[in-house]
Amino acid sequence: MKKARELPAAELSDLSAVRVVSADRAHTPFWRDERVLRVFAQLAFLAIILLLLGYLVNNMLQALSRQGLVLGFSFLSSTAGFDIGETLIPFDRSQTYGRAFVVGLLNTVNVSVWGILFATLLGVVVGVARLSQNILVQFLARFYIEALRNVPLLVLLIFVYAGVFLNFPQIRQALRVGPVMLSNRGVYLPWPIPTETFDDFRLFLLAGVIASAAIWVLLWRRHKGSGPAWPKWVWSAGVGVGLVALGWVVLIAQPPLALEYPEVEGLKVSGGKRFTPEFMALWSGLVIYTAAFIADVVRAGIQSVSKGQVEAARALGLNGAQTLRLVVFPQALRVIIPPLTSHYLNLTKNSSLAVAVGYPDLFSVSGTILNQSGRALEIIALAMSIYLSLSLLTSLFMNWYNRRTRLVER
Amino acid sequence: MQKQPFIVGSLVALSLALSACAAPQTQTQTQSAPQRVVETVVVTVEVPVTTTPAPAAPAAAATPVPAAGAAGFGETLKAIQARGKLVCGVNGQLPGFSFIDPQGNWSGFDADFCRVLAAAIFGDATKVEFRPLTTQERFTALQSGEVDVLIRNTTWTLVRDTDLGLNFTAVTFYDGQGIMVRNDSGITKLEDLKGATICVQKGTTTELNLADALSTAGVEYTPATFEDINQTYGAYAQGRCDAVTSDKSQLSSVAKGVLPDPDNHVIMDLTLSKEPLGPVVRHGDDQWLDIVRWSIFATFFAEEKAITSANVDDVKANTTNPEIKRFLGVEGELGQKLGLSNDWAYKLIKQVGNYAEIYDRNLGPNTKTYIARGQNSLYTNGGLLYSPPFR
Repeated sequence: MKKARELPAAELSDLSAVRVVSADRAHTPFWRDERVLRVFAQLAFLAIILLLLGYLVNNMLQALSRQGLVLGFSFLSSTAGFDIGETLIPFDRSQTYGRAFVVGLLNTVNVSVWGILFATLLGVVVGVARLSQNILVQFLARFYIEALRNVPLLVLLIFVYAGVFLNFPQIRQALRVGPVMLSNRGVYLPWPIPTETFDDFRLFLLAGVIASAAIWVLLWRRHKGSGPAWPKWVWSAGVGVGLVALGWVVLIAQPPLALEYPEVEGLKVSGGKRFTPEFMALWSGLVIYTAAFIADVVRAGIQSVSKGQVEAARALGLNGAQTLRLVVFPQALRVIIPPLTSHYLNLTKNSSLAVAVGYPDLFSVSGTILNQSGRALEIIALAMSIYLSLSLLTSLFMNWYNRRTRLVER
Repeated sequence: MQKQPFIVGSLVALSLALSACAAPQTQTQTQSAPQRVVETVVVTVEVPVTTTPAPAAPAAAATPVPAAGAAGFGETLKAIQARGKLVCGVNGQLPGFSFIDPQGNWSGFDADFCRVLAAAIFGDATKVEFRPLTTQERFTALQSGEVDVLIRNTTWTLVRDTDLGLNFTAVTFYDGQGIMVRNDSGITKLEDLKGATICVQKGTTTELNLADALSTAGVEYTPATFEDINQTYGAYAQGRCDAVTSDKSQLSSVAKGVLPDPDNHVIMDLTLSKEPLGPVVRHGDDQWLDIVRWSIFATFFAEEKAITSANVDDVKANTTNPEIKRFLGVEGELGQKLGLSNDWAYKLIKQVGNYAEIYDRNLGPNTKTYIARGQNSLYTNGGLLYSPPFR
């Protein structure tokens, strides 16, 4: 559409000719009037799309009715009948397909959130290392990015799962690295368990959070009112941690949290926090894969900041770290965020490769439901719309953040 | 403004994907387009063979290739004849049942029943296209007409028979669900599995039976579910799970054909469920249902009357038994009633063999995947195989 308006320079210069054409418009028959034709073209396109859609939907409904199948979501309230190996909320065979869906959704969200968090951290580190003055560091970062960006994720996942996590020792010969226990049933960490005094301790926790927030706001106001720039984070965090530590000392007779260590008990490991090989494989695969892309985005962002900015910062006496933190990064962020958003979306969508490593994510659970209930259309539609909503939510948040960090131009 | 094309686009993509699942007409036609030349050749060969049953064949040759998915009396057979081959959905990963052997040929018990059908329809057991399907794809592939018949160790259940729009034709293999553990695990009964991790293939009846049985026994366990057979047993072999559960036939087939150390594994002496396995067809075409069902009965019947691929010519020439005469098409017109040629049973016995031959070839004592016949013997030998009369 834009192209139609771009007249060659020669014609543009002849302004009088343009004017003549516009004056003539009143007499142009509607089938030659560009405005009418444009609207007509849009309508025709819409009609074709609707016809196509209608044909496809009609075809689908006919095929369904021929086989005596009906569409509907009432099956979501029937009993699932299967168990799921890894759940964030309690689930057993007597619960509904709907709840199984929720279990899968939460597993997807779980691996995506942790994946996004760690991929960002790793990606930023590798991206900065890629620009390091140190040749070895720079080479390693470049090797990491080039190697991982060019391996298919599915291959990487299966390698990490079957080649790494399943090859950990068997449960009876579980490997202990400090307090961490490694076996091919999962990675077990010692985990704090609340004791009887935890309720009292919670008061101290609450007080700590309130106090540190209050101090932060106070210092921020003073700073804004041209007061001295106190290190806000140091003070507010210090006071908060101090209060919590005080609580611990007061309750020292019976510490409010006790570390629980994993122990082999019969066929399973009890105690501690368990990360299954499936989760670990999917999470680490997604993290190291996506981090390679994020690293390149970070590198591009940093390089987009003009050299003069760095030189000016150095001239003002800022050291390397300060230059990066105070001058380069805030400006690079504007370039980084839009592509970063799409890598976050990719990570979330790529988590559906969980089926390859047996992690019960949304797609894997919906596959099971599909097969047990036979409702292919409804389930695929549901899974697609859930992924769509997840992606739109992520985009929404990232767009809001993008607007905040954008350079305000007047 | 920016979002609108995006939403419209995703809607189009959504509906395209949806209708692709359930729009057999468009799909099969476009897919079979490049094969047209082959098909017409096959049809012209086919016409003289089917001149006696008459009207069906010329009609099929004249009309454009009808979609296999268009259910309705007689449509499936017409579509198969016009296409020139049977499309049979199989497992493909299960030695002894359906598997590509080292020579690159499909072999196995289920694969041979596909050949039985091809022999009955075309008089040529080779006119089969095998389509390996996962547990998850199998019903959709059948519902949408991508395959004509599903012979993929599928358990007959009420929900599948009704809700999924499918018909189970007959039972070719009576199975039961078992649990396999390592010899050195010391697990002998269900209660020993407390706290265990159990590998199971996703989307199967065994997954449901496991949940039922262990929750009834009050045994707490963790399932580890995988997409296909190789993943499931691969994880078990690496010690990810204490036990693996499936149909006993599958456990024994995998233990002997896939696991690196077959002697270190034992199938526990308990049966969690009944698993009658057999071919499945779509609702709506009763003629096709009859053809599949009676072709299977034909293999039972032939074993009962001791008719084998080796002696069937002899029997056909010399028999005086009227029932066998009817069966082999010497007398009467049983085949025509199914829409086939009268010597359909003769052809399938001649080319593939009776039930005992099929069983021994794939699961007999001389194979690596030996399974004792047990319940899968003729009723005259204390088993469950029983053919209704051919009359």
